[in-house]
Amino acid sequence: MAAIYSLYIINKSGGLIFYKDYGSAGRMDTNDTLRLASLWHSMHAISQQLSPVSGCSGIELLQADNFDLHCFQSLTGTKFFVVCEPGALHMESLLKHIYELYTDYVLKNPFYEMEMPIRCELFDLNLSQAVQKDRVLLLGR
Amino acid sequence: MQFFGGSEISPSPPAPTASGNNAHMLYIFNRNGVCLLYREWNRPLKTLSSLQDHKLMFGLLFSLKSLTAKMDPTSADKGNLGVPQLPGQGCSFHSFRTNTYKLSFMESPSGIKIILVTNPRTGDLRDSLKYIYNLYVEYVVKNPLYSPGNTIRCELFNTTVDQYVRGLG
Repeated sequence: MAAIYSLYIINKSGGLIFYKDYGSAGRMDTNDTLRLASLWHSMHAISQQLSPVSGCSGIELLQADNFDLHCFQSLTGTKFFVVCEPGALHMESLLKHIYELYTDYVLKNPFYEMEMPIRCELFDLNLSQAVQKDRVLLLGR
Repeated sequence: MQFFGGSEISPSPPAPTASGNNAHMLYIFNRNGVCLLYREWNRPLKTLSSLQDHKLMFGLLFSLKSLTAKMDPTSADKGNLGVPQLPGQGCSFHSFRTNTYKLSFMESPSGIKIILVTNPRTGDLRDSLKYIYNLYVEYVVKNPLYSPGNTIRCELFNTTVDQYVRGLG
């Protein structure tokens, strides 16, 4: 069974720029993923408003009944989040690694336009390798 | 969702998961979104009026629930995003964590929502929320002077909850 169900990347205004499914049950169409991404963007912002102490930077981990959602926000406001099995480990480091891949293969790509959907072959390739490696790590525990 | 059953309060409350007083706020909402109880122990930052704050909190929980119900990767038939869900229906959530706080959430079969906001390093509080729900049943629902849907004004409940949450860590 896959440890990771899906990966989303959303730009600073809440638009979905990358989505990859790794085997969740029930296909979601493009409209659904776009809606979920922008809903998450708003929930992330509202959670900062409700903080009892100052300096809150939004939800990092959401624990649902059937999955965990780990979110990483870069300094520029791009959010990366993975949906994984409850209790899956090393997700923070995986997200940081995906962020590295994003800076290397997307931002440094001269044909990539900022805030637009990601269509970069090298990013796809390295991402699938990173996720595979992570899966191996999880299987070995 | 399992029914919490048993009219007796469990004799031993669940063990505290951390030491020191780290609870910030407690909210209890009914199924209509009315805030029945709001307790605050440590809240230095206040940006909104209390009414706005309660509305925002209820809205956040409602939307997060529809998000988790739609995102659930283990069920094939999830319906449309934003369709209202009955308590116990669809995939719900039990907590989320930010860098400054952790919010634990529980919904009873009758739609009572209990929300506890604590320090981000607190462990799993699901059993503690069930215990607070049991306190609610004992001291509020069984109080003959309390009419459902109204704000809770029950001194005994407030002091017991205060005491329990302070002991919680």
